[in-house]
Amino acid sequence: MEEQGSCIERKLLRAKRGPGGPAQSQMQVPSGYGLHHQNYIAASGHYSQGPGKMAASPLDGQCSDYYSGLYTPPAQKVAASSTASHEGAQQVYSGGPPAPPLLGAPPGLVPGASSTASLMHTSASQPYPSFVNYYSSPAVYTANSSAASQGFPATCHYSVSTVSNAVHPSVCYSSPPPGDPYTRVFTSQNALVAGSGREGSFPGQNAALSHPSALGPLPSQQHQQQQQQTLSGFNTLSWSVPGLPPAQDNLLRNHAGSVASASNSPAGPVAVSPAGPGMQNVPPPRPVSTVLPGAPSARGPPAGKYPQESAALGTQPSELTLQKGMQYGDYVNNQASSAPTPLSSTSDDEEEEEDEEAGVDSSSTTSSASPVPNSYDALEGGSYADMHSSSASSPAPDPAPDPDPVPAPTAPQSVRMAKPFGHGYPTLQPGYQNAAAPLTSGVQPSGPVAFQQYPQYPGVNQLSSSLGGLSLQSSPQPESLRPVNLTQEKDVLPTTPVWAPVPNLNMDLKKLNCSPDSFRCTLTNIPQTQALLNKAKLPLGLLLHPFRDLTQLPVITSNTIVRCRSCRTYINPFVSFIDQRRWKCNLCYRVNDVPEEFMYNPLTRSYGEPHKRPEVQNSTVEFIASSDYMLRPPQPAVYLFVLDVSHNAVEAGYLTVLCQSLLENLDKLPGDSRTRIGFMTFDSTIHFYSLQEGLSQPQMLIVSDIDDVFLPTPDGLLVNLYESKELIKVLLNALPNMFTNTRETHSALGPALQAAFKLMSPTGGRVSVFQTQLPSLGAGLLQSREDPNQRSSTKVVQHLGPATDFYKKLALDCSGQQTAVDLFLLSSQYSDLASLACMSKYSAGCIYYYPSFHCTHNPSQAEKLQKDLKRYLTRKIGFEAVMRIRCTKGLSMHTFHGNFFVRSTDLLSLANINPDAGFAVQLSIEENLTDTSLVCFQTALLYTSSKGERRIRVHTLCLPVVSSLADVYAGVDVQAAVCLLANMAVDRSVSSSLSDARDALVNAVVDSLSAYGSTVSNFQHSGLIAPASLKLFPLYVLALLKQKAFRTGTSTRLDDRVYAMCQIKSQPLVHLMKMIHPNLYRIDRLTDEGAVHVNDRVVPQPPLLKLSAEKLTREGAFLMDCGSVFYIWIGNGCDSHFIEDVLGYPNFASVPQKMTHLPELDTLSSERTRSFLTWLRDSRPLSPVLHLVKDESPAKTEFFQHLVEDRTEAAFSYYEFLVHVQQQICK
Amino acid sequence: MEAVVFIFSLLDCCALIFLSVYFIITLSDLECDYINARSCCSKLNKWVIPEMIGHSVVSVLMLVSLHWFIFLLNLPVATWNIYRFIMVPSGNMGVFDPTEIHNRGQLKSHMKEAMIKLGFHLLCFFMYLYSMILALIND
Repeated sequence: MEEQGSCIERKLLRAKRGPGGPAQSQMQVPSGYGLHHQNYIAASGHYSQGPGKMAASPLDGQCSDYYSGLYTPPAQKVAASSTASHEGAQQVYSGGPPAPPLLGAPPGLVPGASSTASLMHTSASQPYPSFVNYYSSPAVYTANSSAASQGFPATCHYSVSTVSNAVHPSVCYSSPPPGDPYTRVFTSQNALVAGSGREGSFPGQNAALSHPSALGPLPSQQHQQQQQQTLSGFNTLSWSVPGLPPAQDNLLRNHAGSVASASNSPAGPVAVSPAGPGMQNVPPPRPVSTVLPGAPSARGPPAGKYPQESAALGTQPSELTLQKGMQYGDYVNNQASSAPTPLSSTSDDEEEEEDEEAGVDSSSTTSSASPVPNSYDALEGGSYADMHSSSASSPAPDPAPDPDPVPAPTAPQSVRMAKPFGHGYPTLQPGYQNAAAPLTSGVQPSGPVAFQQYPQYPGVNQLSSSLGGLSLQSSPQPESLRPVNLTQEKDVLPTTPVWAPVPNLNMDLKKLNCSPDSFRCTLTNIPQTQALLNKAKLPLGLLLHPFRDLTQLPVITSNTIVRCRSCRTYINPFVSFIDQRRWKCNLCYRVNDVPEEFMYNPLTRSYGEPHKRPEVQNSTVEFIASSDYMLRPPQPAVYLFVLDVSHNAVEAGYLTVLCQSLLENLDKLPGDSRTRIGFMTFDSTIHFYSLQEGLSQPQMLIVSDIDDVFLPTPDGLLVNLYESKELIKVLLNALPNMFTNTRETHSALGPALQAAFKLMSPTGGRVSVFQTQLPSLGAGLLQSREDPNQRSSTKVVQHLGPATDFYKKLALDCSGQQTAVDLFLLSSQYSDLASLACMSKYSAGCIYYYPSFHCTHNPSQAEKLQKDLKRYLTRKIGFEAVMRIRCTKGLSMHTFHGNFFVRSTDLLSLANINPDAGFAVQLSIEENLTDTSLVCFQTALLYTSSKGERRIRVHTLCLPVVSSLADVYAGVDVQAAVCLLANMAVDRSVSSSLSDARDALVNAVVDSLSAYGSTVSNFQHSGLIAPASLKLFPLYVLALLKQKAFRTGTSTRLDDRVYAMCQIKSQPLVHLMKMIHPNLYRIDRLTDEGAVHVNDRVVPQPPLLKLSAEKLTREGAFLMDCGSVFYIWIGNGCDSHFIEDVLGYPNFASVPQKMTHLPELDTLSSERTRSFLTWLRDSRPLSPVLHLVKDESPAKTEFFQHLVEDRTEAAFSYYEFLVHVQQQICK
Repeated sequence: MEAVVFIFSLLDCCALIFLSVYFIITLSDLECDYINARSCCSKLNKWVIPEMIGHSVVSVLMLVSLHWFIFLLNLPVATWNIYRFIMVPSGNMGVFDPTEIHNRGQLKSHMKEAMIKLGFHLLCFFMYLYSMILALIND
């Protein structure tokens, strides 16, 4: 210790309440739940903006504020490419607002994508020099960029469809001139969509995806279709307006086009990559270098597993435009108008929020989901007929009649318009259109049609009934209901990734619906009554990933956030407009007034089209909240690191990794100029570090009174990151070596946490705790509870619950002060994670566990820590968040899963929210849903971005209601159901026992299959019958039973088990599924067949193999993707070419036992393997560690334990499990 | 002597009735979002032990004074109170745990329980009142 004295001063404060008394005096932030809005007058300038503000200046200010906040942080995820694109977007944007209509532009565009792009640029920029001036200040620029990005991100995605751009010219023109540009955009979208996903729908799509060139024809077709269809009405309408926005679009498109060549990727993943490149091309002058998180967000499932998602991506363009519009709208409103928005946004304390502020990508893109629909239309032909067919529903009659009449009379466009009617809001259009008519020339044609129809749809109910169309009963039995005899079907597992089922809604609603990545329901057809649900024996619940990194997200700045006055639901695409002035809430059915401001559509700059506002066009939107949504001024980003420096910790050497990662990422920590950071270390005493500006070196303050912890100094412990950066760096460089000779083996974690709480409570923020052993001193000390002899017991597993309520209480205190505690447990021995995890579980933190961590002896863990830290430190973060989930009247939520504190029946208190957090909610049906054919769920996440903005992210999901059991089975989302069951099983094992939980899981399969069996009379007793939608259910449940969390009979350390349970509770579905059922690929024979193109790389797509040793051959090499780990298993007869070309060793024997990287060899197979691995890695936030497993190495048990279809000593094989289930059913 | 026993029981029963009403009011406040789970549970947990003791004392008193019927009537409820208190998992903050009260319909079952207890105590109240009057007359 003394040696270090030289570099860091230490003071020993032994006196109780030394100078530190002041700490107590710190003002405490109200715990937050009060209703006192008044106290918290809007802190930041921008929030205060009154509705009535006029003139350009206010506008500018707003813009700069929002965007600077959002976008400045680019650092978080640096994707250079993305940035570039954004910039381009910005330019456009800046040009846009004032914008004289760039009607002329469209024609210019036509000629060539790239060339046009340049032209466009110039044109756009020229018109708006004045604006540029506004933005001359740096802040402004950022704002611009953000805006641009918002608008254009979508474009990026679409860049993929280069070909389509080329195509545009011919297609576009059919529609009114102004509209043309937009249509093009859509086409590009369509292309994407197709690529992403739905193989079935578009025969050619897959091919197209893989081969960019192929795309050409498709897009054009789609285009035409779309135009004709008039894209669900709104798109065309909105776009048709000659205003600037179109011009922007054109620009974007052009850019995209040029870029497009680069972007090959069709699918979800594609979307990301393409965006990047496309953006780059744009490179306008933008000053902003920030990378948008969005780029990273690309993580979406690489394969574009979710058609909807992809669709959503596709939509982006429109959203973008919308957003632009929105933003403009704001200005406009402010400037001109007078339409002061009444406070639609009156909020209560409850805010829900969400934010993506990170600004990264999400903020950048305003793009909205609306485009999606388009894509669907294109895919499916979009006509009414399609709707019906798709809905295929029994009661179809209702929907059919209405739509049909409408279309008939008018031209194709009109027809398109008609579609929307089904929803209800479309009906508004007519009225609006009339009003708007002068403004929107393009729209007019549709206008008359709309009117005619309008009268037909007086009531919401009718609408809903007509929409409902879910009937599965219709003659052709849906694929999902095809009975499958599980005992005879050998390969239940498809060779391609399993997608989320698409709710059986009509086209328009499908297009608008929320992406399944963010929002999934276990039953995509909601049963009408609880009795029906009970009959189906399936769990009903939602799985949420609300703060997911998004590549594009419409961000809405509006004085008035329109919400239902009784249930506070945010306006969403599934509300119905009764007439121009009123809308009916889709959750509580109250009729609300449309506020004046909402009548104005900033996109089209027209009045009287509330149904075209971005809020109503996108099911995922983000609002910038006003001061109504604040209980106090938005807090700065505050990070506190609490580090264990006992002998054990120093021995493990994690400090080196941590300090190194922190030094590297210090500039990338999300935050603004107010960001604060602090450090504490502890062994048997607690050490604080004063880093106040002006000190020559960090000062260490030691508090040894752990029974009554106090802060040694009132300030200087949490310091501004930028003002004290040098001191922080000095400290981080010194920390790893400061305690090298320590002999202190005790750990006073509890008191250190209490101190951390005191330090954080005035502001709130994030506490990162690093712990390496069982806390042994002071409050919260724990005893070892694990009996190693019981690890493989098949009977009772005890101690899954916490041993003390200390950590829970602390977490609740922290949660009340908006502080989240994240736990990094790096220990080689039992550390009672069950108790320690409580500190994170209830404060909305996250938990990382590195068993037997040692920085030199266990390099793979060290590498994992390093990668996790990088992601952890740089990912987006939202502070002082709350999430509220609402659902249609009649449904109710009763149990929540995830890391948070349930503050009131439907309000989750999240001190921090991060993009890797998932949640689950169980639902019950309290009242019969007989009078509605649709139900909606809305989550609203209100949070403070790291830039100090209050934001609300809203997701809305719409699902049909069905009355027959068969329909319920047809709509099962088996992955969501399994994840929800896993969550429930974790609860059960803690509150009851592990064996109860296991029984419950088996019973879930038995009950649901026997319930199904009893509905299918003709197949009885011939085997184990399941509907196709549930055919994977037994497999997944078996995998769950063999998962670390629930397995018995295999030696499992208690901490490992508890950690697996924590992950089940807090991981989003995509990651959880990989954990439950890993993906297995054979990689020694990768070919380009079916490969996808991402960022100029060819990514082979080997088929998925079932998890059974029968698929392994000695001659092969196999990759298992377990989510957080990759295993490569090499058989001992493995092809020597593979070993040479990919692994870089001459023969099997020379391959080392521990290998965690593939060498970069210049061979085709090496390139393919690496690009496949990289592609898998890019699809997830945490970079998995690679383990090479040789056939004879001891590590192979690690690999083989994941082969869930095989028999183990203690567990069934898949077939045995089926037989067991069958026996249970017959009983 | 018997009168004293019943007077005491009557007073104790009154207290328990008030306590039940307090539980119901607090729980319904929580249901309506007037208070948050944390403060609700800390309020209620404070009174779990007094309730348990109050009820046990009456039961024991009845046993001692050889009122078998009343004792047997009280026994199940007193046992339930004690059982519930003992079975609280080590990591929970008491019978009412703010992190779980909104889960799995716990709030509803707590509410139901408080209602049943209220009914039971009212019944007991009149029984004690009757017995007390009878005892006073007999004296």
